[in-house]
Amino acid sequence: MKKLEYRELTALTPGWLTAVGALGAVILAALGAVWYMEHNGHWVTGMTNQVVWGVPHVFAVFLIVAASGALNVASIGSVFGREPYQPLGRLSALLAIALLAGGLGAIVLDLGRPDRLDVAMTHYNFKSIFAWNVILYNGFFAIVGVYLWTMIDWRMKTYYKPAALGAFTWRLIMTTGTGSIFGFLVAREGYSSAVMAPLFIAMSFAFGLAIFILVLMGLYAASGRKVSSDLIRMKGRLLGLFCAANLYFVAVQHLTALYWAERTGIETFILFGGNIYTFLFWCVQVLLGALLPMALVYQKATTRGMVRMASILVILGGLAQVYVIIIGGQAYPLTLFPGMEVSSAFMDGQVAAYAPSLPEVVLGLGGIAIAVLVTVVGATFLRILPSSLAHGDEAEVEVLEAATHIDAEPAPAE
Amino acid sequence: MKGLVLSALMGIAALAAVLVGPGPAAAGDLSPAIPQAKGTQCVEDTQVMRRNHMDFLKHQRDDTLRKGIRGAKHSLKDCVTCHVQTGTDGHPIPVNAEGQFCQSCHSYAAVSIDCFQCHATVPGAAKSASAR
Amino acid sequence: MSHDTSRRELLKGAAAVVTLAPGLTLIAAEAGARAPGTAASPANRWGLLIDTTKCDEGCTACVDACKAEMGLGGHDRPLTDAQYIRKVTVTDPKSGHTHSLPVMCQHCANPPCVDVCPTGASMKRADGIVLVDRHICIGCRYCMMACPYKARSFAHEDQSGQKEHNPRGKGCVEACTLCAHRVDAGGQPACVEACAATGNAAMLFGDLNDPSSEIARRVAREATTRIRADLGVDPAVRYQGI
Repeated sequence: MKKLEYRELTALTPGWLTAVGALGAVILAALGAVWYMEHNGHWVTGMTNQVVWGVPHVFAVFLIVAASGALNVASIGSVFGREPYQPLGRLSALLAIALLAGGLGAIVLDLGRPDRLDVAMTHYNFKSIFAWNVILYNGFFAIVGVYLWTMIDWRMKTYYKPAALGAFTWRLIMTTGTGSIFGFLVAREGYSSAVMAPLFIAMSFAFGLAIFILVLMGLYAASGRKVSSDLIRMKGRLLGLFCAANLYFVAVQHLTALYWAERTGIETFILFGGNIYTFLFWCVQVLLGALLPMALVYQKATTRGMVRMASILVILGGLAQVYVIIIGGQAYPLTLFPGMEVSSAFMDGQVAAYAPSLPEVVLGLGGIAIAVLVTVVGATFLRILPSSLAHGDEAEVEVLEAATHIDAEPAPAE
Repeated sequence: MKGLVLSALMGIAALAAVLVGPGPAAAGDLSPAIPQAKGTQCVEDTQVMRRNHMDFLKHQRDDTLRKGIRGAKHSLKDCVTCHVQTGTDGHPIPVNAEGQFCQSCHSYAAVSIDCFQCHATVPGAAKSASAR
Repeated sequence: MSHDTSRRELLKGAAAVVTLAPGLTLIAAEAGARAPGTAASPANRWGLLIDTTKCDEGCTACVDACKAEMGLGGHDRPLTDAQYIRKVTVTDPKSGHTHSLPVMCQHCANPPCVDVCPTGASMKRADGIVLVDRHICIGCRYCMMACPYKARSFAHEDQSGQKEHNPRGKGCVEACTLCAHRVDAGGQPACVEACAATGNAAMLFGDLNDPSSEIARRVAREATTRIRADLGVDPAVRYQGI
């Protein structure tokens, strides 16, 4: 194998400026949305006393879950010693940090009192899984930051393995914590289940890798660098495996609940209710978000385009999956009196209507923009990306020749 | 430029009002005009209150809310009751209104107050009468 | 300050003695105003007993009294306006039998809202009253996800007309306080008072820990149930006739 060389993205090129400018604009729009929601109060959003968590939480949970999954590529290279993955470790770690920053940005800016973030950082109720998550998220930044440092700085090489192992363990615990936010809710029939933790880990594998593939292909195309198709195809097949794992835990989640007479109501509502959640579950999450990507990546002649399409579908399916979990789980009414029909002036016994408002969606997109911006800026100032990922004999591999070569420097003669 | 001159003139006018108006402000003193309280003596010395009222209030809020201790002396309710002014219409003026006890000093010190987004700004019964 | 603190410690000690010897009836006086400077005590467990057979479906005396007492003006937006207490109509689909009952914060002994709160804003007082410390509530609404009774509301907009005993504002979560301000002064919750005055006297308030109180005597003598008792959260609100 050739000696690897990592190079920064070139800053201030027209393409770079356009990308950073566009991302900045989305973030500004999101801040405007936050100001609007916080100034007026949450009644201007689609959220109510029945559906207390809305679209900002869907985006935030999606990004936070994907963050831990994005680290997998680095872990496969370091913890599990798979060499083809090692050159991608730096991008994997940077993307993990970026996605977590984006997700936390969205969730923090949706708080009723975002001005009290200092309170959240100084007052801890250690029985709360939420408080634990605050520690797990902050720790993730620290430990993945150190891990990234050991990959970039050769003087830190001694700590590479321990940092890799630490980060891998931490991300598993962190996603267990994220899943348990829902798993620990005793009274909500849509949530309370131990399967939430492994389900969220399986989700993180799929969402994180899908985003990683898209970011890798996008950054390499934009900077005119080469990625071998074998590498993309290999990642695609791994994505298919993660989709299968996700489907498995989804099946366990719903079959278990269907078996309990107590939960027949909510399962019927989500799976066969003929509502938006039924559509999102079967059509978007299962069909478009898992089965179709698997069909695409397990073709004999899977192309880059097919892997790219599969990744986009997994992301769409993932957003739908988190939407069904978070919104669908709240839309179905709480059971105060099992077996009885109830009504009240406070919407007891009624399926809650929820329509996302524009500011909520813009805030969620702002979270994504933060994640991409951190990645682009990080790859501009740090040596994150190998200058070429076209392995073997150059003539043999298919290479992606971008239309505009933004990297002006010639490839090093080796 | 014109606006600057205008605001400077307004500032001088306001200062003049402070100097000739009632209150303890001595000549050349730039302190805010603070309305007179109803009582004769605060629960602590004025200098102590100026410096430490936020700590007293914070300490007592935790005691009252979390432990259920009632009747201690550093009560925000009592601050409002004693320092509230009555307007020309006979209704009490919120203590966080422009020029009132809390606001005059806090705008002088450029510190925002986080109490009155939730807490009542006029004594008990009167608030509900004016709000409904 | 130190004087106050030592007195508090002394009282805490006294309370501990009482819990160590539950048979002791010396301190079990009828609910009176707690002395100034005294903390709420674990010797008490304030609770409600609601007889749903007396509760009339059309009557909203408790709900109206609560809104007036707590300054819940509302903005005519039923989906986002605060609701501390509500009347729920329960129908048995098999028999068609219908009855009505008020549901408010159940002041659980093991409150899920307190467990999940990241900052400790959601808290249980020593005497079992569950409150939101809105000084440190960040408005994350996780407690609303966790509450089995849908008892909490989020202040979705700026509030006005607050009562001095019930500060409330945009961006924080709120709920029934069991009228802690009245209880501390030796009174009973506004809903209970209204139910007796203009309703059907279906609600009884008292100290479940005090064997001589009417509520404790009735709970010991008559069959009572709690909503979702299966969850093990041990609510302080008991019902009859559900």
